[in-house]
Amino acid sequence: MALKGLENLKKEYDCIVVGAGLGGLTCANRLATAGHSVLLLEQHFQFGGLAAWFKRKKHIFDVALHGFPVGMKKTCRKYWNKEMADCIVPLEGIKFDNPQFSISTTYEREDFTRLLDEKFGVDRATVEQFFDAARAMTFTDDDAMTTRQFLNQFFPGRTDVWRLLMEPITYANGSTLDDPAVSYCIVFSNFMSKGVYTFRGGTDLIIKMMEEQLERNGVDARVKALVEKITVEEGRVTGVIANGRHLRCRSVVSNGNLKTTILKMLPPEVISPEFRERTEKVRINNSSCQVYMGIKDGESIDPATGDLLFTSTAEEFDAEKMLDKHVTSRTFSLYYPTGRPGHNRYTIVSSTNARYQDWAGLPLDKYENDKHALAEDTLDHLEKYVPGVRDKIDHLEVATPTTFQRYTLHLAGSSFGTKFEGLQISRGIQDEVPGLFHTGSVAIIMSGWLGAANYGVIVANEVDRYIREQSQVAPSVG
Amino acid sequence: MTGEGIRQAILDIIKEIVPDEDLSSVDPEKPFRDQIDLDSMDFLDIVMELRKRYSVEVPEQDYPHLLSMSSTVDYLLPKMESL
Repeated sequence: MALKGLENLKKEYDCIVVGAGLGGLTCANRLATAGHSVLLLEQHFQFGGLAAWFKRKKHIFDVALHGFPVGMKKTCRKYWNKEMADCIVPLEGIKFDNPQFSISTTYEREDFTRLLDEKFGVDRATVEQFFDAARAMTFTDDDAMTTRQFLNQFFPGRTDVWRLLMEPITYANGSTLDDPAVSYCIVFSNFMSKGVYTFRGGTDLIIKMMEEQLERNGVDARVKALVEKITVEEGRVTGVIANGRHLRCRSVVSNGNLKTTILKMLPPEVISPEFRERTEKVRINNSSCQVYMGIKDGESIDPATGDLLFTSTAEEFDAEKMLDKHVTSRTFSLYYPTGRPGHNRYTIVSSTNARYQDWAGLPLDKYENDKHALAEDTLDHLEKYVPGVRDKIDHLEVATPTTFQRYTLHLAGSSFGTKFEGLQISRGIQDEVPGLFHTGSVAIIMSGWLGAANYGVIVANEVDRYIREQSQVAPSVG
Repeated sequence: MTGEGIRQAILDIIKEIVPDEDLSSVDPEKPFRDQIDLDSMDFLDIVMELRKRYSVEVPEQDYPHLLSMSSTVDYLLPKMESL
């Protein structure tokens, strides 16, 4: 477990990483393996950011472990260790249930091609063209085309097909049909390569393994360390103010919310008015509500129920409706004892996309009432998939956008960072303020477990270049 | 370093990044991506290793030079021949 507070630190670090989400963690580890001295500071009492877990009674609830693409295996092996990569296992029971269709799938290209042909009557050549076009997109591509336009090219007017292709991605990263097609295509293609994977052992184990690896690599890592300001002297980053203390470093990577980093943590005069204006205009992505259900000791759930259920009662896919407080769409993540060896409990987490403004600022009794209504409504819907669920559970708890805001300090409790325009700001801050870098959920593609970890690596490469340029370090090997 | 030395250095780096790939039959004239499973993150790793081991900087706009073994060696030779 990482130490609390700020005792026994070095006088100066090559880099201070602010925030221990998957991006911050991976960036810190990568910089350490590149030979730099690194301090990682997290305001919360545990690492992981939104990759969070919590314990109630004998239950362990995973907040964000719903499934990621197979690429996470390679990312873990290359940037962490083989033991972690070996814990990544496929999730096989992916199901959809809505007024337009009910299907079960492995969520791979081959299976989707079969389904689109057999169940949706789309001709195979079109499906192949669609997959190839989606996979050919890279994030330097023109972002003018929307996902709606992209899908309509291949499946005109087929809202049932759009729903199959889009609904899980909306849950994965908050994107809508009006977001740039490139962001959809990259995330969708990542999943379609080999399906959906999870971490055997749960969120608590992956974070524990990351902490151990950071320690082996000599990273100083602290929890309960809130960074309030980033200091800049003579135009370059020189440190941070954390828990009221000035800590010195040659570079800072913020894994915090993009707008908070630039608009709140920096001295205002170091940013040009033009850059500030562009930052202010960046749209924050939506937040979430979750309902956590713990199954009583001795009770069980039939594994045939599935691992990930995309359910909806809405007639058609509608990303706006998915944000509505009148919930029509839910994703149920089911966790079986096989997923957490040595821990003989079942849990279910229901996730819905939500708007911060629908939950923030409510009078306490109204807030509690709304939470209660959401929990009851969720149980009513879950009954269809897990019969008798009300009698099976002994713990029921609700998280809202304000819960996410409280624990992560994300602006408006954002679950998926910023919309697409955040990418340019996140990438551009290093030119605006030398020595300051940002890694974190931006632009949909840098979001999710894989996107966040890989973005940490991409930024580590730039920090490494900056630090080496500053010190003109001699080569370590001849 | 000679062209052959650079070729070996690149092979050593790639071997660490994708240990399961067979590099013995890589055709120097053909793109890496057509022969071994290298993604854009792997290329980033190559760039970072070159910087760490040899203090060689490959700016982002030059990444296309890392297409094949022979184009990589041609590109790196002026940067590394004095090492």
